[in-house]
Amino acid sequence: MSTKNPTDWTIAEARKSLEAGETSALDLARAFLDRAASVEPAVHALLERTTDRALSDARAADARRAKGERGPLLGIPVVLKDIFATRGIPTTCGSRILEGFVPPYDADAVERLSRAGAVLVGKSNLDEFAMGSSTENSAFGPTANPWDTGRVAGGSSGGSAAAVAAGECLASLGTDTGGSIRLPASYCGVCGMKPTYGRVSRYGVIAYASSLDQVGPFARTVADLADVLGVIAGHDPRDSTSVPAPVPDYAAALDGRVAGLRIGVPREYFVPGMAPEVEAAVREAIERLRSLGATIVEVGLPHTKYAVATYYLVAPAEASSNLARYDGVRFGLRKAAADANLLDMYRETRDAGFGAEVKRRILLGTYALSAGYYDAFYLKAQKARTLIRDDFAKAFAECDVLATPVAPTVAFGLGEKTEDPLAMYLSDVLTISVNLAGLPALALPCGFDGAGLPIGLQLIAPAFREEAALRVGDAFQRATDWHERRPPAPGAAKGGAR
Amino acid sequence: MSDAPDYGPWEPVIGLEVHAQMLTESKLFCGCSAKFGAEPNAHTCPVCMGMPGVLPVLNRRAVEFATRTALATGCEIPRIARWARKNYFYPDLPKGYQISMYDEPLAVAGGVEVETPEGTRRVRLTRIHMEEDAGKNVHDAHDDHSLVDLNRAGVPLMEIVSEPDIRSAAEAADYLRSLRAILQYLAVCDGNMEEGSMRCDANVSIRRRGTTELGTRTEIKNMNSFRSVERAIDVEIRRQIEVVEGGGRIVQETRLWDADRGQTFPMRSKEAAHDYRYFPDPDLLPLVSDPAWVEEVRRGLPELPAARRDRFVRDHGIPPYDAAVLTARRDVADYFEAALAAHPNPKSISNWIMGDILRLVRERKLDDALVITEWPVAPAALAKLVALIDDGTISGKIAKTVFEEMVAGGGDPASIVEKKGLRQVTDTGAIEAAVDAVIAASPDKVAEYRSGKDKLFGFFVGQVMKATGGKANPQAVNDLLRSKLAG
Repeated sequence: MSTKNPTDWTIAEARKSLEAGETSALDLARAFLDRAASVEPAVHALLERTTDRALSDARAADARRAKGERGPLLGIPVVLKDIFATRGIPTTCGSRILEGFVPPYDADAVERLSRAGAVLVGKSNLDEFAMGSSTENSAFGPTANPWDTGRVAGGSSGGSAAAVAAGECLASLGTDTGGSIRLPASYCGVCGMKPTYGRVSRYGVIAYASSLDQVGPFARTVADLADVLGVIAGHDPRDSTSVPAPVPDYAAALDGRVAGLRIGVPREYFVPGMAPEVEAAVREAIERLRSLGATIVEVGLPHTKYAVATYYLVAPAEASSNLARYDGVRFGLRKAAADANLLDMYRETRDAGFGAEVKRRILLGTYALSAGYYDAFYLKAQKARTLIRDDFAKAFAECDVLATPVAPTVAFGLGEKTEDPLAMYLSDVLTISVNLAGLPALALPCGFDGAGLPIGLQLIAPAFREEAALRVGDAFQRATDWHERRPPAPGAAKGGAR
Repeated sequence: MSDAPDYGPWEPVIGLEVHAQMLTESKLFCGCSAKFGAEPNAHTCPVCMGMPGVLPVLNRRAVEFATRTALATGCEIPRIARWARKNYFYPDLPKGYQISMYDEPLAVAGGVEVETPEGTRRVRLTRIHMEEDAGKNVHDAHDDHSLVDLNRAGVPLMEIVSEPDIRSAAEAADYLRSLRAILQYLAVCDGNMEEGSMRCDANVSIRRRGTTELGTRTEIKNMNSFRSVERAIDVEIRRQIEVVEGGGRIVQETRLWDADRGQTFPMRSKEAAHDYRYFPDPDLLPLVSDPAWVEEVRRGLPELPAARRDRFVRDHGIPPYDAAVLTARRDVADYFEAALAAHPNPKSISNWIMGDILRLVRERKLDDALVITEWPVAPAALAKLVALIDDGTISGKIAKTVFEEMVAGGGDPASIVEKKGLRQVTDTGAIEAAVDAVIAASPDKVAEYRSGKDKLFGFFVGQVMKATGGKANPQAVNDLLRSKLAG
């Protein structure tokens, strides 16, 4: 069928070829493993290439297909952010502190992908414990942006976004706590979705901020995202916050129709300091939706300005507690001199095992929860969170989906913001509110700047209405071709990231 | 139950915090067994080991057990209870935090009726909340490192907090006994302080009698028996009196009871000064109580010890002391009532239970902490035995022999009596023959008796009983001997 290289395909194209018997899962696995081998030196999207696993998964998928089995992800090469526990495969979370840790269990999303017959190609790089916006906080070196290897891939799921963009897999999973799927999707010119909090199980996903963390997919098209989301979504009794609500047929919801839909544009999301090309591309995308028959309404989300401050109290508070288990006692790194006492072991292990940003957030969170500060910080942040949530409820009384930029700028240069945590935190200013409100949101490419760097459009839907955002995004992609662009072969162009 | 000690012008003010391990099959947040005594770390999984990415899932049974306790102690169940994380580092705490409840507990405002020498007193309960237990650090296996056993990590606990309503060390122990009886009746906790399935910390302060202000309190930990609780609190009260009377001031601190030295010692401040940074656990939903379910739990509550004791006195006419012994354990009270149903002689059945039955249970260790696992004889069999005494088939003395046979070989008391020929001889002719034979065989003794040596009467009784194999009706033997010897 397609004359394109398989590593440039979408899931839909690959599935068509597999179903036509023109290719096999094993062929695909080899093609993507080869591609990974050639681009990894420049991109460093992966922390581990699971070659043997990929080949055995692929053979299993071919055998299942031979028996007549079909499925949206049967034989499809995928990558997992290295925050997902994978049985028998090292899981680092981008941190030295998990050195040597091999989980004896799979995350729920991993089990679901396996049952669906997906082929695991590798585990991807991330900011340590998902704390960051550029993947530069990985203990194992940053991931470069496939469109320009001198720039960041975004974070924290930078490896998963870059792996899709660079053709190392057809889909990947990430997690999004404050924008960690949408920001790298936007920077890398791919599609990414953060589903509603509770839609995908967090079981086996290493926790950063439990009330905000959510699993979601990356892929080249919105239609592909719908396929992956359909596989990973659903109630899991092992996660008490996973919601026992039926999962709609997302693929079936993509009917290309936006006529009559009301699309809200929040005025607070076009912030001072936004790159003009970003604003122009997003406004143009909104105009395109209008031309497709949608009604555009301006709405207000007045508490948006408190979102970053709120997030940086809630998330570190939860993180300070979630990361207490890395104490050198049961797994991972243990540092202790021969004469060390218990306290020494804790100090040395955590000092050597955690990077600067993780330590910063543990300190922030510990402080916010401390006696005498709890009310002023943590409790107040929870109240602000309620206000932010209420903002969205009011906005969704006036519209069906919100359309905004994903980030104020395109991908920035490697090292540009590492010395300025606050500037880094502001990369997430347009994505964080969605996590605080627990809503689903989609990021998809809607243009490129003059330097050829991708710009992302964010579509936010009401809780458990993922299909609303997916329908709009898919309709947009039927009418545009931004998602068909592929980055130049990384490594062939500019030099490596390091 | 104990005499109130004399603290002079000082009145102790005591509140207790009791941790009760719940008797659920599995742990509070995972499916691992909650049983005591397995090989180290045999009852563990990624969840209770605190591995990365795993999540807690609440054990519904534990909520039911805690709710039963709350209802049995007259607590109110607020609409919402919330799980909170209590953060601190310790190797036996795998996650670095304990999942507990903080400002929104499961139950509030209850009370326990406590029997004291001055009568029944109500000790109010502040709250009952649920939490997970920690594991255990093992320090004595090696010189240079410690080991961690996580079998206990995640075992469900209830923390039952009393108001400072207790006024003496003895009353504290009485409160604990009453509370333990309730927990055992509800089958929610086995109440074994030595094994640690029931643990107790005490908040102790003193004030001048007649005043109402609360003094500075100390918290006493490490009391591993009812006796320890009573001694430690008494010692601490006396220490505080001495400090205050010597012009000193009580420092608010945690003190550890040292049973060997009979003293309390302050815990190092580094260990005591924790900021636990409680906050709601984002991995768990709040517990929202369903009034219909709470009612269902309430309807399923058994009769509690105090009510049962009163009923035994009232309906069965046994003395309050006997009723208290029989109702201290639910299974003993059940046994009593089962025997009574077969033969309505409460006093005699009660005597058998309090004497021979419970003695054998103790001697042969037929119980675990909560239930008697094997009764020496079945309640129906005991009832039959008592019936045989009551209808004159056997004497009380022979009954002891029959009882021993029943314990040794089992079997029905009536068949034992028949098989062994133990039926009481009431046939005057047969007894008379035996009496005549004894008198004829001992002319010297008869002469001595007749000359005034009354004490020899017992000798004749013994001889007759021996001749009849103990089966002669004692009254008939006495009557006949008296008349014949007088002759």
